[in-house]
Amino acid sequence: MTSYILRRLLESALILLGITFITFVLLYLVPADPARQIAGRSATAETVANIREQLGLNDPIFVQYWRYLSGLFQGDMGRSYLQRAEVATLIAARLPASLLLMVSAIVTELVIGLTIGVVAALRRNRPADHSLMIFSFVAISAPQFVIGILLLYVFAVQLGWFPIGGYGTFAHLVLPSITLGLLGAGWYSRMMRSSMIDVLNQDLVRTARAKGLSKLRIITRHVMPNAILPIIAMIGIDIGLFMSGIVVVESVFGWPGIGQLAWQAIQRIDIPVIMGVTMVSATAIVMGNLLADLVVPLIDPRIKTK
Amino acid sequence: MATHTRRVAGAGPRRGGRARAVLTELLRRPRGVFGLGVIAVMVFAAVFAPWIMPHDPFEQSFDGLSVMGGPLPPGGDYLLGSDLLGRDLASRLILGTRTSLIIGVAANGIAVLLGAAVGITAGYFGGWTAAILMRFTDLMMAFPALLLAIVLAAIFQPSLMIVALVIAMVNWVQMSRVIYTETRSLAEREFIQVQRAIGSGPLRIVGRHLLPHLLSSIIVFGTLGISTTVLLEATLSYLGVGVQPPMPSWGNIIFENQTYFSSAPWLVFFPGVLIVLLALAFNLVGDTLRDILDPTLKGRH
Repeated sequence: MTSYILRRLLESALILLGITFITFVLLYLVPADPARQIAGRSATAETVANIREQLGLNDPIFVQYWRYLSGLFQGDMGRSYLQRAEVATLIAARLPASLLLMVSAIVTELVIGLTIGVVAALRRNRPADHSLMIFSFVAISAPQFVIGILLLYVFAVQLGWFPIGGYGTFAHLVLPSITLGLLGAGWYSRMMRSSMIDVLNQDLVRTARAKGLSKLRIITRHVMPNAILPIIAMIGIDIGLFMSGIVVVESVFGWPGIGQLAWQAIQRIDIPVIMGVTMVSATAIVMGNLLADLVVPLIDPRIKTK
Repeated sequence: MATHTRRVAGAGPRRGGRARAVLTELLRRPRGVFGLGVIAVMVFAAVFAPWIMPHDPFEQSFDGLSVMGGPLPPGGDYLLGSDLLGRDLASRLILGTRTSLIIGVAANGIAVLLGAAVGITAGYFGGWTAAILMRFTDLMMAFPALLLAIVLAAIFQPSLMIVALVIAMVNWVQMSRVIYTETRSLAEREFIQVQRAIGSGPLRIVGRHLLPHLLSSIIVFGTLGISTTVLLEATLSYLGVGVQPPMPSWGNIIFENQTYFSSAPWLVFFPGVLIVLLALAFNLVGDTLRDILDPTLKGRH
């Protein structure tokens, strides 16, 4: 197990290294001159040339990449081209809002998804099951910006139950969490349903019935814990979905997190910030996958670690 | 993918019959019928768009605006209302169907080809080839997909083809994983080992003996992939880095009109519903196909 963990850690580090390289090259290809952006429109050619020299933009790409990488190892993600701040500072300021949104979305998707899954499995092949599964299919087929805008229209504009956007109170958190969590709720409900059905068909349920335990007790004590375990491991993988989702959700709801930071940086081609957010997201995704891989064998010893 | 299908179909008389059997089975299930029905209607709308559009989708008509200069609500001459510039929403949505389907099919086609090629190569040759290719897919999996797509779209001037390529670059990974796992287990089976032993070339083995066995997965994940593609195109266009106006796409119609969503919700509602319907249709068909084609799931649930 220890060697497995070590190997996976090493692999993760290599993946992140690969991502820094690919992102760096891609952003290097973006047809925009950072020096011109920093200097502003009215700057003279000389000023622009000076800034280029200062930033080392005239160096070959590999020299620039090496400089970026060695900075990264010392925790230095560079400075924003457009805002007078360190990238690390900008991200640190935005990260709590995004984490709050993601944790809240995880709770939302688990509550909605698992409830639907359990009810559907217990009412298998009856009308309730069919309509719940249709809901799940719609949830995984709906783009987040559509869900977000429609929720805003109904619950904020028409009913006035929630604020139209922004950040600060619990009421601000509700609609963005549902928007971000609905996709996962769709997946979890389908997984929970088939996982429940699998367990319901197993010998342990027959044994419990034979022992004369009540149906409710069998379901809550024996079926659900066994059915939930394989699903818990999936949360790590959700991080990837969320990292894409927050760009859209935060822009729809004006949520001041790293998704919005990334989106503003992309629109204004603020390369160090784009690079920084990509690295933070990738690190979160890699760590999520790693966690899932490490948790699965603990939960289900039948899955062997290589 | 079409060539593969034909080739396998030609491999024996039973194959053509099997395709028909799958279609019959698909049409016996409500989800399959609904999905296929929606897809059929959308394809019809996309193909015959010039004949069924009630207005010119690009014409900024004076009649298309209210006295206050705002968009018209649904009803009357403009069946689904008009947009901020006084263009007929129904016509733009119909033409947008074309955009969504073209990108959905093109981007997904590229992703399927690329994913299958990588998966088969890695699975068949194994060893270092597999190690390098699969580590690369690990890397792609760890990329925040939407960020990558947005950055790519920002680098290149987004045209239909570029948007399709960008989406394909993000979406091929899933397919390659699935195909890799299957190819690897197939490659160790006797009938492939025998072919290797008698000296058949890799192309012949892959084409005649591997692909027929991989076809089910390619069809299932290819169909589900169109749904992902449609959603990603809509999202990119909504963010303004996908299909560029005035060319209508369901995503960019919402992008153009979203500032007015509280007073003109139909401009978000109708395109939104169409995106969900199309993605849902491909999800339903793909899922039903998985039930039908995957023998390991037979009889369960």
